[in-house]
Amino acid sequence: MLFPNSTSPQSPPRVVVTGAGIVTALGIGWKPNAEGFRTGKVAFRPVSQFDVSRQRVKIAAEVDLPKNLPATRLSRRQVARLDRAGAMLVLAAQEAWQQAGWESAENLPLVLGTTAGGMLLGEAYYRQAVQHPRRHRQQATRAIHYQPQVQARTVFDALGFSGPVTVISNACASGSNAIGHAWDLILSGQAERVVAGGYDALGELVFSGFDSLQALSPTICRPFDARRDGLALGEGAAVVMLETVDHARRRGAAILGELIGYGTSIDQHHLTQPHPQGSTTLAVMKQACAIAGVTPEEIDYVNAHGTGTVLNDSSEAFAISEWAGRRAATLPVSSTKASIGHLLGGAGAVEAVVCLMALGEQWLPPEIEFETPDPACKFTVVSKPQDARVNMALSNSFGFGGVNATLILRRWS
Amino acid sequence: MSRIFVAGLGAVSPAGWNVAALREALNRGEPLPVQSLARPGWEKTLPARLVPNPAVRPEFLAHPRLRRTSPITHYTAAVALEAITALRTNPDAKNCRLGIVVCLQSGCVQYSCRFYDETLKNPATASPLIFPETVYAAPASHVAALLENVVLAYSLVGDPSAYLQGIALGAQWLEANRVDACLVIGAEETNWITADALWHLDRPAIAAAGAGALCLSRDARLSAGVELNTITDAHTYSVRHDRPQAARAMRAQLGSSVELLCDGVGNNPRSDAAELGAWSDWNGPRISPKRILGEGLMAAAAWQCVAACDAVATERFSAASVSLVGPNQQAIGARFVRDDSGISHLSDGASTGNIQP
Repeated sequence: MLFPNSTSPQSPPRVVVTGAGIVTALGIGWKPNAEGFRTGKVAFRPVSQFDVSRQRVKIAAEVDLPKNLPATRLSRRQVARLDRAGAMLVLAAQEAWQQAGWESAENLPLVLGTTAGGMLLGEAYYRQAVQHPRRHRQQATRAIHYQPQVQARTVFDALGFSGPVTVISNACASGSNAIGHAWDLILSGQAERVVAGGYDALGELVFSGFDSLQALSPTICRPFDARRDGLALGEGAAVVMLETVDHARRRGAAILGELIGYGTSIDQHHLTQPHPQGSTTLAVMKQACAIAGVTPEEIDYVNAHGTGTVLNDSSEAFAISEWAGRRAATLPVSSTKASIGHLLGGAGAVEAVVCLMALGEQWLPPEIEFETPDPACKFTVVSKPQDARVNMALSNSFGFGGVNATLILRRWS
Repeated sequence: MSRIFVAGLGAVSPAGWNVAALREALNRGEPLPVQSLARPGWEKTLPARLVPNPAVRPEFLAHPRLRRTSPITHYTAAVALEAITALRTNPDAKNCRLGIVVCLQSGCVQYSCRFYDETLKNPATASPLIFPETVYAAPASHVAALLENVVLAYSLVGDPSAYLQGIALGAQWLEANRVDACLVIGAEETNWITADALWHLDRPAIAAAGAGALCLSRDARLSAGVELNTITDAHTYSVRHDRPQAARAMRAQLGSSVELLCDGVGNNPRSDAAELGAWSDWNGPRISPKRILGEGLMAAAAWQCVAACDAVATERFSAASVSLVGPNQQAIGARFVRDDSGISHLSDGASTGNIQP
């Protein structure tokens, strides 16, 4: 029963990650992404998915999808119906599933974050409805498959499991909220393991939206740089497999890291602008640390939301500096959006996987284009590839509408 | 385990801008009049039941954050304010930490269509004022700004059955003491493209707009006389578990102690078959809001729950069950029961009306 929940554990279990899948413009899978993030590779290029000739900005971080998806349990017809977002989601989920070594199961929850779901199908529906109003071919299929819960069910069919689906759409915090909600499900005893992640594909509506807001950088995406002039968009997906440590140990699973803290709240300052002093960001970081039982001194790396916009980064810089206190002077911070752009609903999940990479392989992801720190940054922005001892990493995500989310991950040793 | 009470209800529907209007329309039992939506490039119009203009412009529209918002935010704000009416005047609820869960299926379609249309014509002139209103999270954000004491807000997307997941999430936040009260809102707006999609998927359906809200609390002193008793498992559809099977599993979990059934049956024998089959042995009283109000998607799911709670709060029934058999996600049911420890503040003008046995 969803209510009442009669399975509350006596003490909250420890929650570990035993599988991670990632798709970004740096590549498909852990290996090319880890190499790209470790070296600070930048993946922007001219947009090819739709016409940007009349847009102010013409680049983004596009994913090169394979012509044929690796074999799953999906039928050819199901594969043919996948849009880019669905294909990236299935690819990420498949990698995570295989890495975790999970078997087919019933009643295995799936929690996803997305801002747009199958918006590309929605755009196609609209164009056909307006440009060819009497042509109805494929419209019913588009109307069904553009819905994110249908894309989620495709993951079930691809991997051979099923269970309750929750789709969280808290704008660009969605991916972190999805992982945080999955963590909540395990802590509250509602599940022993959960599949969670986030995804979004680059689309014309969203690209045009950010361009209309003049939020896109006409030069280079440089989060926390004093000369920053906007964000860059990307696309991708990431999926993690969360389970109790007892469950993971029982089956002898390799553990990638431990999720130890989650905080979330809402900034009511403005629909699209954060509070200038980052008051909610500060509160959420403190909340996650309090839940994790850690102090800023114990955090070895912060993967910032760091979009590269003037307002976001100054607000977040204030919050991180205030939260870190004296630790700020030596605290390494970077935003991997400098490499792959802003993945919107996929960002939080992808950045959580980047943190797992940093924890597992002991390096810090640099922002290669970073030169001059914003005066609000009391911390060190990682600008060169470097190995480092990383025992705990904190990841921030904020969304349009004001939802802020923070995840804290710990190295498993 | 905490007890979860319903502290207030809110509804905006084609029947009007409050729960009383919803109740009256459902009691009357007659389908509301249908309007026609023009579809670009096609002489055929599409049927819809729209929300009538409010008799008086709502005061909340004067809030700076709500000036440029689309109808879905207006509906969301109206049901939120109605559902917390009692909370706001109750000294026990002073300084209450409020959570919001806004559930949507179609979401902010009006501004999304408008913005995409502008993009296709000329992206250089597409309005930056409209774009932020296209995101699913916009209504929750605006309502959080309006109510001010909101500490936690999620927007959930799914088929209409996800509304009960939203209620379960609100209950989870309350049990974890993350909030003192939680508004769970289901909202939709409609336009020609939603009606067009329905025409492709469920031809007899009539698109409708509006919202519904339940305000949940752990505090019995805030109870409106209704308690959340049960939410079944989410019986997700899969290749091994089809929609009729899921509907029957939900029905089985709700048990036989149903007094009033608020179902999601509309006017399409084909799409209603799974739900009708699951309840084929049920001959008791039944409310089917979609037959009166139209296919309001997530709003319709919320109307079902509001109708169920209202029937219990106004002492027409001591318990009411909600059946949600979504089109493409899952089947979930819920049961609300009379809470005699609470003081009902929802009984104005209630009568047994035209509930069909």
